[in-house]
Amino acid sequence: MRHIISMLLENEPGALSRVAGLFSARAYNIESLSVAPTEDASASRMTLVTSGSDEIIEQITKQLHKLIDVVKLLDITGDAHVEREIMLVKVRVAGSAREEVKRIADIFRGRILDVTQSTYIIEVTGDGAKLDAFIGALDHKSILEVVRSGALAIVRGERGLRL
Amino acid sequence: MQFLKDEGVEYIFGYPGGAVLHIYDEIYSQDDVKHILVRHEQGATHMADGYARATGKPGVVLVTSGPGATNAVTGIATAHMDSVPMVVITGQVPTHAIGSDAFQEVDCVGITRPCVKHNFLVKDVHDLAETLKKAFYVATTGRPGPVVVDIPKDVTAPNVRIPYEYPASVTMRSYNPVVRGHPRQMKKALDLILSAKRPMIYTGGGVVLDNASDELVRFTRTLGYPITNTLMGLGAYPGTDPQFVGMLGMHGTYEANMAMHNCDVLIGIGARFDDRVVGEVSKFCPHARIVHIDIDPASISKTVKVQVPIVGSVLNVLREINGMLEGTNRRPDAQALSEWWDRINRWKSVDCLSYDHSDTLIKPQSVLQKLHEVTGGDAYVTSDVGQHQMWAAQFYPFDKPRRWINSGGLGTMGFGLPAALGVQLAYPDAQVACVTGEGSIIMCIQELSTAKQYDLPIKVINLNNRYLGMVRQWQEFMYENRESHSYLDSLPDFAALAESFGHVGMKIENPGDVDGALREAFAMKDRLVFMDFITDPAENVYPMMMAGKGQNEMVLSAHSRQRELA
Ligand SMILES: Cc1cc2nc3c(=O)[nH]c(=O)nc-3n(C[C@H](O)[C@H](O)[C@H](O)COP(=O)(O)OP(=O)(O)OC[C@H]3O[C@@H](n4cnc5c(N)ncnc54)[C@H](O)[C@@H]3O)c2cc1C
Ligand SMILES: Cc1ncc(C[n+]2csc(CCOP(=O)(O)OP(=O)(O)O)c2C)c(N)n1
Ligand SMILES: [Mg+2]
Repeated sequence: MRHIISMLLENEPGALSRVAGLFSARAYNIESLSVAPTEDASASRMTLVTSGSDEIIEQITKQLHKLIDVVKLLDITGDAHVEREIMLVKVRVAGSAREEVKRIADIFRGRILDVTQSTYIIEVTGDGAKLDAFIGALDHKSILEVVRSGALAIVRGERGLRL
Repeated sequence: MQFLKDEGVEYIFGYPGGAVLHIYDEIYSQDDVKHILVRHEQGATHMADGYARATGKPGVVLVTSGPGATNAVTGIATAHMDSVPMVVITGQVPTHAIGSDAFQEVDCVGITRPCVKHNFLVKDVHDLAETLKKAFYVATTGRPGPVVVDIPKDVTAPNVRIPYEYPASVTMRSYNPVVRGHPRQMKKALDLILSAKRPMIYTGGGVVLDNASDELVRFTRTLGYPITNTLMGLGAYPGTDPQFVGMLGMHGTYEANMAMHNCDVLIGIGARFDDRVVGEVSKFCPHARIVHIDIDPASISKTVKVQVPIVGSVLNVLREINGMLEGTNRRPDAQALSEWWDRINRWKSVDCLSYDHSDTLIKPQSVLQKLHEVTGGDAYVTSDVGQHQMWAAQFYPFDKPRRWINSGGLGTMGFGLPAALGVQLAYPDAQVACVTGEGSIIMCIQELSTAKQYDLPIKVINLNNRYLGMVRQWQEFMYENRESHSYLDSLPDFAALAESFGHVGMKIENPGDVDGALREAFAMKDRLVFMDFITDPAENVYPMMMAGKGQNEMVLSAHSRQRELA
């Protein structure tokens, strides 16, 4: 099953490679991983999406906890949470396609961030399935580049992950 | 250096080089911390490791950057697999040169990351004392392990002088090992333990690491239950005690493995359900509900699902449970326990460690039995890896913890000799024996030179079967005797080799000479004696649990098989 694990890490140079190394050394799956500093400069927040049997997920969380740079960890899969991912897509657009692509972007509440004579850059946010659907709706041949942030997630309400 | 002294470090095991010359210059001008000059950095790590296993104090290593650091990796990984507290200081190229492929630069933090408990790169001299303090704290608390501190040369430059203060304590928000067991879990465990009809206590290295033997003995004696130890746990419970049924696992005793297979409640204490113990997971302890006490949550339910996990230190948890046991008048079912012991004694009568005796060939097992006799069962015994290691574990019962020192998790050939030197440094008056094979000893033979320099009178018991015996045994059992590269050709004359290092060498070829040679060697209290025993090359380690098999499906020696059938 797919799990979203949120972590607060010490903002140390080696922290990210410890997490990445753990996953490769123990042959766990990583679907996506995103990490950036938080409001507290001493910590960064990582959102990691993985999948596996219950036993494997249990080992993953225990092994992550064991890393000295991991301050706190929460598997938020079972909690009510908000999940978002941001995607930037560069598409080739010419002639009538310009209107068509704009219309599709509107349907997905996408924003066109950059326009040239032959290309658009479109920003779309949502969960993974929505982003997949957007890509599916475009003419595949017109897609020049796709950049996705990986999932970001946060638990609703009072519960959550704080220092 | 001032920090190491303040931390109470007695010995550093090291080897100099460019990146650590500033540190060596400081070593030169003090004599509080004694430096032991090894002959290879692998030797330094194993020596520090042996010292740590024997004393419980962290072993400290100092090596240079680049090849110094890479040579140390095997020893670091060895300590990591067996949870041995160690602090390894590696030199690094100056901070401004990091990343430039400078002379003798390797990414030491990167290379060692998967085989340390934690590692640090110190970029600023102001962080040095605090980082070292953290390193010792992390290495020695919770589940112990090696910590590497990589120090660029400019950080130790003598022209940078800063005020130094010993950091008396350390707190880390991201590292707080749980040591107290959860009361409700302990109560549940006690209920299950007392309800057992066919109980089994299975303990491992965690009991040794936590110095919890007394509590374990109290627990086991109060209950009257059978107990087995892993290879790493030997000595935590007296090996000559009647409740002890021997080691379990691949080369464990028939009775220990049969009792495991048939028990209804298994009490795992500071042991990690390693594959050499479990065998085929689906066949492991099929009738048992399991209690598992371990300080590392990741050790619990890793391979085998357990019903009552208790996260905490063995010492604390056993003390609490013992208190609860003594405070209640509930006792196990005496009738069931006595029937259970009857079954175990029947398994014992198979005499699974019996072997053929010979008048012409030295049997390796007999050398170890003699060693036990000659040393009064009270020696520190280190070993290398192979058949000799298993025979030492089987034929030298340890009555005290920290006496049996071997590489279990990584199985590092070359460990035994340097480890023995580390033990002898810690306990100069103790009898220290290194049980080895002609394959393993060659891997760190250079440390005979270190032994000479520091007058370390260990006794080397080389069980020389002219084979990588453990490999040959597997080839015999699993590859139809095709002895691919397991015969060691062109071996040196070990006695002469030892003599050339300045030690006493002996070659023993007749069974009748074993006893005399051992007595003569151990009587030479101030000399290292290298005893080269020419042993039966065809001997195998029995019993053996083969891959994919359950604990009740061991391969027995011919003798024992007959008794099993009878
Ligand atoms: C050739 C060869 C053959 C082998 N054959 C066998 C065999 O037949 N039988 C066998 O048993 N082994 C055998 N081994 C060794 C095996 O590979 C493992 O090293 C060993 O079984 C592990 O022992 P352990 O479970 O006691 O764990 P250890 O590696 O000693 O781990 C200790 C456990 O205790 C925990 N712990 C540490 N400190 C504490 C504390 N303070 N409080 C609570 N818990 C703590 C740790 O978290 C860990 O889970 C063999 C090795 C070799 C090289
Ligand atoms: C560094 C290293 N290389 C290879 C092995 C694989 N190995 C395990 S036991 C063994 C044979 C050891 O031979 P020897 O030291 O003569 O011991 P014996 O089994 O003959 O008693 C080998 C090669 C190992 N454990 N360690
Ligand atoms: Mg051999």
